[in-house]
Amino acid sequence: MTTDLAHPPARLLSVGDAAWTVEFGNAIDPAIHGRVLGFSSLLDALSSDGRLEGVVEWVPTFRSVTVHFDPLRADALALHDLLAELAGKSGSLSAAGCRWHIPVCFDASCAPDLDEVAAAKGMGREDVVRLMTETVFTVYMLGFLPGFPYLGGLPEALDMPRLATPRKVVPSRSIAIAGRMCAAYPWQSPGGWRLLGRTPVRLFDPANARRPALLAPGDQVVWQAIDTDTYEALDEECAAGRFDLSSLLKEGEAT
Amino acid sequence: MSAVVEVVDAGLAVSVQDRGRTGFRNIGVPVSGALDVVLMAAANALAGNPSEAAVLEVGLSGPSLKALSGTVRIGLAGDMGAQVVNTRGQLLKVAPWRTATLFPGDIIRIGGVSHGVGYVALSGGVQVPAQLGSRSTYLRAAIGGVQGRAPKAGDRLQCEAVRGDPWLESRAQAPWHHETGPIRVILGPQEDHFTPQALETFLTRPYAVTRDMDRMGLRLEGDTLAHNEQGAEIVSDGVAPGTIQVPANGQPIVLMADCQTSGGYPKIATVIRADLPRLAHLRPGDELRFVAVSHAEAAAALREQVQRLADWVGAIQNFRPPGVIDEAALYGANLICGVVRGDEWALHGVDFNHYCGAQHV
Repeated sequence: MTTDLAHPPARLLSVGDAAWTVEFGNAIDPAIHGRVLGFSSLLDALSSDGRLEGVVEWVPTFRSVTVHFDPLRADALALHDLLAELAGKSGSLSAAGCRWHIPVCFDASCAPDLDEVAAAKGMGREDVVRLMTETVFTVYMLGFLPGFPYLGGLPEALDMPRLATPRKVVPSRSIAIAGRMCAAYPWQSPGGWRLLGRTPVRLFDPANARRPALLAPGDQVVWQAIDTDTYEALDEECAAGRFDLSSLLKEGEAT
Repeated sequence: MSAVVEVVDAGLAVSVQDRGRTGFRNIGVPVSGALDVVLMAAANALAGNPSEAAVLEVGLSGPSLKALSGTVRIGLAGDMGAQVVNTRGQLLKVAPWRTATLFPGDIIRIGGVSHGVGYVALSGGVQVPAQLGSRSTYLRAAIGGVQGRAPKAGDRLQCEAVRGDPWLESRAQAPWHHETGPIRVILGPQEDHFTPQALETFLTRPYAVTRDMDRMGLRLEGDTLAHNEQGAEIVSDGVAPGTIQVPANGQPIVLMADCQTSGGYPKIATVIRADLPRLAHLRPGDELRFVAVSHAEAAAALREQVQRLADWVGAIQNFRPPGVIDEAALYGANLICGVVRGDEWALHGVDFNHYCGAQHV
């Protein structure tokens, strides 16, 4: 939803001679992120009208949009002025994306840090699972790894610092938390977040050129607890490419 | 007509690269692509390819390739020689900055890069399937390249057969030399997170390249760059290849082609496009300095580089190599180099033919 409220002006920052960062604030904050989504969607519209000559792509983050351009096809300073003008008139956008209901196994075999988090917070493991599955998370941005979503909305009751010593190997598709953030690792990787579960759903598929990453900035995510048998069955389906990702969008919630 | 080469030896730090993968950074996919796009274009020009055809980037030592079907032209750019062993057992030395043509059964053994990266272009380009719009290899997520990975022995790579006269080779008039002098940067995006002294230090003091370097980034070592009261952590925002981030220890890290799409350290400056290829040739212990330039100066430098490359490509000459049979080399290859792997010597810049001869004497 676009609003006409006055915003503090965006700042434009140089990222070398081939990118500008349009910065709307310096915090992780739904209002700032709303402006990021609003500005990105304005760029989407202008680009599909062919009105962003020389712009290659743009990357929305928590608080800014980095616009990459080809310096041989666009004049950096002219583009600076255009982006500053657009940032002044783009509005705010919220809840623009799809709502995904994604199965997660919270069994100890998938969730090596769940008991420790529960103990640290003085609650039972089922309380942690309840908090995780009751929350509607919002995708702020993707980064770190292809398809890695930073999800806002983690309840304060689960606020935990990162591990003092990061793991060398986080299994792919782990669901993890750190601070007030939740995330899902599409790939096996090193990582310092606390692992609370694992989804059988593939979060990134390079063979799917239309939508390689399941989640997009602005999407919402609800985790749905499944047992290990269901996990195994779904994992097999996903591995064989037989799983229908659109079944994760509940009726009436698709965009 | 298509042609096929087989990878006989994978070499070291070899990967398929092109101009990189754009359009997916918003979902966290790095741009990847050749570290030195100028040398990539040079190798392609020699082989008669469009400048952006996919090539093999060589980080340490080159691969050995055997033509299986079709006549294949190989273009070499960088400080990297090779030798061709043909089906009659002849051994022909191939200098860098020229082409070699492989007939079915011929093998080219590409040596080591003595400095930085080198590029091997195959006629028609390395035709692995493109993924997300690019053939560039991004190993961490197994995207692009040969089924998401580096080439290995036994792989078959498709390319195009030589069109026209197979005996007519190409060579550059002179090797390509990158510009020298300080690495040019544009300050920002977070130059305001540093003390005035840190900015001055950054632009006046030398920084040494450490051993901690790969296609993702290059850690430097030098005078500490102090953050001001805003501290050494920011809420992540966008980065690009060339961005210089400074974590709490005050030692800069230059991001390279495979870098993440966003980062949470303050970024003092970003290397301009025209100087990115130079970063690919740094070795541990090398020293570099930075100088700040304006957007106008950066744009002029890039246009100048494009023009200089066009001139260099325009000066490529055709020539007919003499069909020499080198008996001594043949003798050496059979007696000694079958045991001591020949390409290991080429890797260290040792003249293979002379070495073998000397051993025999």
